[in-house]
Amino acid sequence: MSLALAARRAPLDLSRPMLALLALILCALVLLPLGWLLWYGFTDKTGAPTLANFARLAGERSFLAPFLTTLAISAGVAAACCLVATPLAWLVARTDMPGHRLVRLLVTASFVTPPFLGAIAWEILAAPNSGLLNQWYQWLFGLDPYANLLDIYTVTGLIFVMACYAFPYVFVLVANALERIPAELEDASAILGGGRWHTFRRVSLPIVMPSLLAGALVAFLQAMTQFGAPAILALPAGFHVITTKIWSLFQFPPDLHLAAAASLPLLVLTVLLLRGQNALLGGRGYAVIAGKSGAARRLPLGPWRWPALAFALGVVALPVLLPYAALLKTALVRTASEPLAWQALTLRNLRFVFAEFSATRLALANTFILGVASATCGTALALVAAFLTARRLVPAARLLGFLATAPAAIPGIVLGVGLFLAYTRPPLVLYGTLMILLLAFVTIELPAAYQQLEAALAALHPELEEASRILGASRLRSLWQITAPLLGSSVVATWCFIFIGAIRELSATILLTTANTKLVSVIIYDLNESGDLGAISVLGITLLVISFLTVALANRLPRRRGSAPS
Amino acid sequence: MKSKGLSSLLVAALGAFLAAAAPAPSPVTPPALVAAAQQEGKVAFYTAMDVQVAEGLAKAFEAKYPGIAVEVERSGAERIFQRVGQEYASDIHAVDAVDSSDAAHLLYWKQQGWLAAYVPEDVARWPASARDADGFYASNRATLSVIGYNTRLVSATDAPKSYADLLEPQWSGKIVKAHPGYSGNIMTATFELSRRLGWDYFKKLGEQHIMQVQSSTEPPKKLALGERPVMFDGNEYNALILKAQGAPIAIVYPAEGTPLAAGSAGVMKDAPHPNAARLFISYLFSLEGQQFLVDKGHLRSFHPDVKEPPDRVPLSEIKLLTADPAEQEKAVDEIKRKYAEYFGT
Repeated sequence: MSLALAARRAPLDLSRPMLALLALILCALVLLPLGWLLWYGFTDKTGAPTLANFARLAGERSFLAPFLTTLAISAGVAAACCLVATPLAWLVARTDMPGHRLVRLLVTASFVTPPFLGAIAWEILAAPNSGLLNQWYQWLFGLDPYANLLDIYTVTGLIFVMACYAFPYVFVLVANALERIPAELEDASAILGGGRWHTFRRVSLPIVMPSLLAGALVAFLQAMTQFGAPAILALPAGFHVITTKIWSLFQFPPDLHLAAAASLPLLVLTVLLLRGQNALLGGRGYAVIAGKSGAARRLPLGPWRWPALAFALGVVALPVLLPYAALLKTALVRTASEPLAWQALTLRNLRFVFAEFSATRLALANTFILGVASATCGTALALVAAFLTARRLVPAARLLGFLATAPAAIPGIVLGVGLFLAYTRPPLVLYGTLMILLLAFVTIELPAAYQQLEAALAALHPELEEASRILGASRLRSLWQITAPLLGSSVVATWCFIFIGAIRELSATILLTTANTKLVSVIIYDLNESGDLGAISVLGITLLVISFLTVALANRLPRRRGSAPS
Repeated sequence: MKSKGLSSLLVAALGAFLAAAAPAPSPVTPPALVAAAQQEGKVAFYTAMDVQVAEGLAKAFEAKYPGIAVEVERSGAERIFQRVGQEYASDIHAVDAVDSSDAAHLLYWKQQGWLAAYVPEDVARWPASARDADGFYASNRATLSVIGYNTRLVSATDAPKSYADLLEPQWSGKIVKAHPGYSGNIMTATFELSRRLGWDYFKKLGEQHIMQVQSSTEPPKKLALGERPVMFDGNEYNALILKAQGAPIAIVYPAEGTPLAAGSAGVMKDAPHPNAARLFISYLFSLEGQQFLVDKGHLRSFHPDVKEPPDRVPLSEIKLLTADPAEQEKAVDEIKRKYAEYFGT
């Protein structure tokens, strides 16, 4: 038996060539655009080296102001996210608040909602004069038409909307950390005489702190590098953020050198922040050594259960319930601000989008193809990279891990500029193809995908893989037949994560799209610039339905069980 | 292109033609062109016209010539200019026929050698000022940038009558305005107004806390929503479309003069569907296509046989401001810089 096995066995171990190929792909994904970015940033139009681009950025108020505004707004978004997401995460993860599953579902919905769509919905809700909320306010208090409660076209309005769609990141991180606190630790504190507040401050909070900081950082980076919401809300108010300013440099004739130079500070800042986070957490990571500890205990809220639910629903109403209602109404009436009545209802917007607007079908098809392709390629790439590093199968594992996570430091718009510079020239003219968008999406989503899968792999004992290897399977075959099925839910989650990321993306897309490669995100943005709110609402709802359906379907896939090699 | 005087000539000619429309036989589209176009099956039309108007025109074309799908790529004229420039810089030839509300763009594309020497025959009967002398493009529409107000929020007596009125404190925070970096109509209007009223006027306007939108199609929509009671600029045709749908909008032709932009169109030399492009441009300039733009799109036309709806204020009664595309092209950087300085974006 064993002899027969030995004879049959000499499967080619593809680990090393795979590693080389993977390293090459990752290098190309990251280094090529960044190389061009650096080259353009430090040269002038004749190709001579210069620092003049940076001197102009630092010297002109029209560049400096957007930088400072962006930093202030990003800090505001990070703070707002933490303030809202922390209590919400606590209520959902650690209390007996009713409906915590529903709240979690609605937080997921706000993550699935593209921020640019949310920004447009909030225009409909809170534009100072025509906003539905302002109209109700005027009607309720009998005020004159110019009395307004909210003005979304302000710095605070922008912070609010960006926080609405960034807070799920903080929520998920904090909720997971809260769930991992073993009850014993808190019991120990209580037994030693610590009151509830003391226990919270000295035990729970420090354990959660790293996650909270990480969440704040993600929210900050999201806000700093976002294009859609600022373009929709800041420009009407007459101010730029850095992403919209970089975009304006692409007006024909484009100033690519200045655009590259303006992207580099974003890159440097992101790298510094990520390093700062590592340094901050490096010495203080609280590994909760869990053995067989009790699950986190839910605190009974008593009479506060219902007010808590009201608070939680109030929070998720802002990114999800109100905007969805506003989009639905706008899709069905002629003018968004007119009162909802039978005679106001019209199918005009639906007819326009699906029967007249020639961009609809192409954009829907492109979006779907790209979403699926990015999710599939990205998951596959991340899975192989995570497998090679987690199992330490190759000496350069650490390098691979570094390469896979490096794109986290490249903001979408910076990557967009880099890819534009790299692939609008021979030999690889990818501009104008879906390929360049695929590259962008895979690169942007790779770090998170890799981290998710690596964590999942780390929790999986290699003994099953070893068994498979003993029975003669190659490493990659055991990955495919044993490990991948065991990782099932993590792989599906990663796939969905990338799919949604691709649908939400606008910062890199806006620079890389052309007439033949338009996406739903881009046509929604285009329609917003001409104020066609009805058509936007129809397209936006369609996009949401597709996203939710795809995620639901992906989660229902029959998972392939590890079948015996035959 | 000739320079000075050209634009005023254009307006005079336009008025004359609109007043006395001389009937003439409509030239027949050669069946060979139709067959070749149907063989190609598709035409990509990059346009700065309002998306609903452009799609309506496309559907009318598709109904007349079955088997040819029109892909409308609509954006602001300055964005179309950017897109075409970016695509051509990467040797991507996706655009067949192009329309821009900024006539300087057609001039630029002609100078770059990107346009085909093609306009349909009957354009020869149009005023000389509404077509390129070398036959590379012609003006397929005229757009006016007007002041407007929401009649529910502003009474006719209180309404602004002139650009000067809009500097009064009562309009602070009440005005919506489109952007010259996006819209060719607004680029043209800003050029014309900066020459007549001076940049100092815009500096003062910048202190009025305006709401800045992008497309010149949008301010009328914001009026209809009631988001702002007054618009500084915006397309006359969008205001008329919304008015016809019952929106509470009134148009004001300002005392200082109303900016006119001669939107122009042509065929690209490297069009991937050259026959369909020519057929589409022929349709665009035909009496049928032009009458469609006038009736359904509420635009103004240079076609000598087009019938203006009776309820529309005739151009001859409006004091018009016009621009010479060549001069305007030279001023683009100045306009963008000054605008960013006074309005922030």
